[in-house]
Amino acid sequence: MLLCAVITNQVKAQTETDALMIPKNYFCAAGIYTHNSWDHYWEGTLKRENLNLGTISSNVYALGGNYGLSNRVNVLFMVPYIKTNASAGTLRGQRGVQDLMLAVKWLAAKEEIGTGLLSFHAILSGNIPLGKYEADYLPLSLGLQTKSIAIRGLLNYQLGRFFVAGAGQYVRKDNITIDRDNYYTTEMHYTNKVAMPNATNFLLSAGYRSLKFNAEGVVSKINTIGGFDITRNNMPFPSANMDATMVGGVFKYMFQSIRGLEFTAGGNYVVSGRNVGQNKSIFGGVYYVFPIKKEKAE
Amino acid sequence: MYSLLKKKKLNNLKLMKMKRNLLYILLAAASLTSCKKDIVERNEVFPALAPNNIDANADAWTPILTASSTFTVAAPDAITTPNYLADLNEIKSYQKNLTQEQKDIIKYWSAGSVLRWNEILRDLVAKHNLPPYQNDDGTYPFPSAANPLAYPLFPFSNPPYAARAYAYVSASQYDALVQAWKFKKQFNRAAPYKNDVNVQALIPKSDLPSYPSEDAVVAGVTSKMMELLFPGDLDFIQKKVAEEKLYRLMSGANTRSDWDAGESLGKQVAAVFLARARADKAGAAIGTQADWTALETNTAAKGQTPWISLELPKRPPMLPLFTKVNPFLFTTATVEALRPPPPYSTSSAEFKKEAEEVLQMSQNHSREHERIVAFWADGVGTPTPPGHWNTIASEEFVKQNWSEVRWARNLALLNMAEMDAAIVCWDAKYYYFNPRPTQMVLTIKTLTGIPNFPSYTSGHSNFSGAAATVLSYLLPDRGNKFMDMAKEAAMSRLYGAIHYRSDCEVGLQTGKKVGEYAVARAKADGADK
Repeated sequence: MLLCAVITNQVKAQTETDALMIPKNYFCAAGIYTHNSWDHYWEGTLKRENLNLGTISSNVYALGGNYGLSNRVNVLFMVPYIKTNASAGTLRGQRGVQDLMLAVKWLAAKEEIGTGLLSFHAILSGNIPLGKYEADYLPLSLGLQTKSIAIRGLLNYQLGRFFVAGAGQYVRKDNITIDRDNYYTTEMHYTNKVAMPNATNFLLSAGYRSLKFNAEGVVSKINTIGGFDITRNNMPFPSANMDATMVGGVFKYMFQSIRGLEFTAGGNYVVSGRNVGQNKSIFGGVYYVFPIKKEKAE
Repeated sequence: MYSLLKKKKLNNLKLMKMKRNLLYILLAAASLTSCKKDIVERNEVFPALAPNNIDANADAWTPILTASSTFTVAAPDAITTPNYLADLNEIKSYQKNLTQEQKDIIKYWSAGSVLRWNEILRDLVAKHNLPPYQNDDGTYPFPSAANPLAYPLFPFSNPPYAARAYAYVSASQYDALVQAWKFKKQFNRAAPYKNDVNVQALIPKSDLPSYPSEDAVVAGVTSKMMELLFPGDLDFIQKKVAEEKLYRLMSGANTRSDWDAGESLGKQVAAVFLARARADKAGAAIGTQADWTALETNTAAKGQTPWISLELPKRPPMLPLFTKVNPFLFTTATVEALRPPPPYSTSSAEFKKEAEEVLQMSQNHSREHERIVAFWADGVGTPTPPGHWNTIASEEFVKQNWSEVRWARNLALLNMAEMDAAIVCWDAKYYYFNPRPTQMVLTIKTLTGIPNFPSYTSGHSNFSGAAATVLSYLLPDRGNKFMDMAKEAAMSRLYGAIHYRSDCEVGLQTGKKVGEYAVARAKADGADK
């Protein structure tokens, strides 16, 4: 069975979430389109709209890949190109290449428990901004311009065609440099460096996997550790406290006639948040998995 | 049996392997969190102020408002009296056991009182520089000085409000210090560390008499001015006063009696400035619906397209009657005399050409333009353009090792020029009531927030022209540095697609003219003799 585990694409560096691996010497090429939009956001804990922004939207076109270094170690990457837009007001949207995401996914342990299979994955990932885009231009900036490194632990229990999974991630974000030489958070700062709060990311998912079709429901929670609230009617800032709880679904269809070709589609919706937009995202993508070395006869 | 044992052994092996793997993961996680992210900010490394010249004759410098005022400072106790000895003992008891936190307080404040209070003011301006959110019916509430902690918080420290706040604080500090220098000279009581060898000087020693304390004068006058300007933040302000007082005692720079005399003098000087501020017409600068409507109809009657708010819902124009505020450096008649010639007619070919240039800036900008726009934006939630110029000035002044009184005088010159530039600029904005580029060409998108007032002339350009003129006079060895910065600040508004080129160019020229008035004052106030 050839399955392709590629990153769920969110603007904010969401990384690989599932327990699927591709075998040694296989490569999975991925192209994913995501549309994000929101017209309400949380200013601190206060939910509001902003007539001077209207609906904030972005189109994300991402290319990525996954290579099976071994059956237990996969290497993944992804690069998104993003266009942002505000439907009202005068602010100009941005466009450009965002950050390179690199990840190593390691199937650390696998154990039969009862009639099912319990596995544990450790995933080390990093984020490197590629473009010199302006981070301090929220909510229309392409990203936060922060180098980050993250470690994720993922437990998956598969029972026949059904599975449940839970994951926890810790993200360490590097300081960023902005164009201003002074800025206010809860006090003035006289520097162009901004200390970014680190983040945690928790996820629960459950679903169905067969050779032809996958369906999965996901609940996830992104949480910055520290950061501050946007004050009333103020502009957002990269080091704000940004939390979001999301629900979503992922579907995948594997063609039986064309070996290695897969379609995926899904969506995510922010049900509660703090200093973030109430984002609705939908995505669709194509994966193609193929061997890049001829398998040796045993 | 054998296979069963083998399986168990295998399981144990697996378990061990799993444990080892988990250990690796924990180690990796630990290394993620251990990296340092410390940022050293520019104002954290300012050295302790050690003036090259104590400006002993500053008592003869011309004050702004208090040349003919009389103030009372009681004669100090002689250094042999029990009261004074008790004051010295208080210092020694602090110095016996300084905590790290207390040492940090000394380090922070020793950079200079005028400097630190200027920073505190910038903090308050940034905190309050937020436009009120609309009411449910689409109208806007206005902050109330009588009820500063109710939403919308008082004040909304937008650029004109901020320019005026910086001016009053700096000017009153300067006058208070000139008055303090008179009493210092009169009473001539030396610093505690000069009167008792067992009092350490934890700041650079000075020959300046310490009664009344110059830091206390600054704290007293500033906290009193801030009661008017930021009435909802008195807890924060009083905490700073108390901290500075503690610093002066702990560092051996002043006795309690030095401090109390200074604080009292500062408050007396503040009363003069507060009386002026309460009558300077700033309180009425918001105007009324009738004023806002008249601006529109009068402009339309002249055959010009009047400005309209680009905010949703439409917000009343920012402080249209600020032009009536009483300036520091000249009379209201001069405000009119400094008014620039009219902008291009909104129906002229030149106007269309300028709008076309703005559209080009909006559509084809470089990353460098984005950087310049962001660097000078100084919009919502910042200390405003005058505040940015205070930051620029302070970081240069720190290198000069000036006395507190010279610091105050030079910031007063800068900030009086900024306030008067605001008045002159607002006069042009509301006299011509000229529309923003985005109002005329809907496809123009901006690279920064568009301010809620007319276009001609650019506020940033006026502020920057005035500031650069004053700073270039005060620091002639910096050459064109400040004027180059001012030009960049002015052009940032064109790059950001929120102003026409002529708004920036004319604004810069007008700002320079205002700055010249401050320079003329500087040449005559006795400090540069």
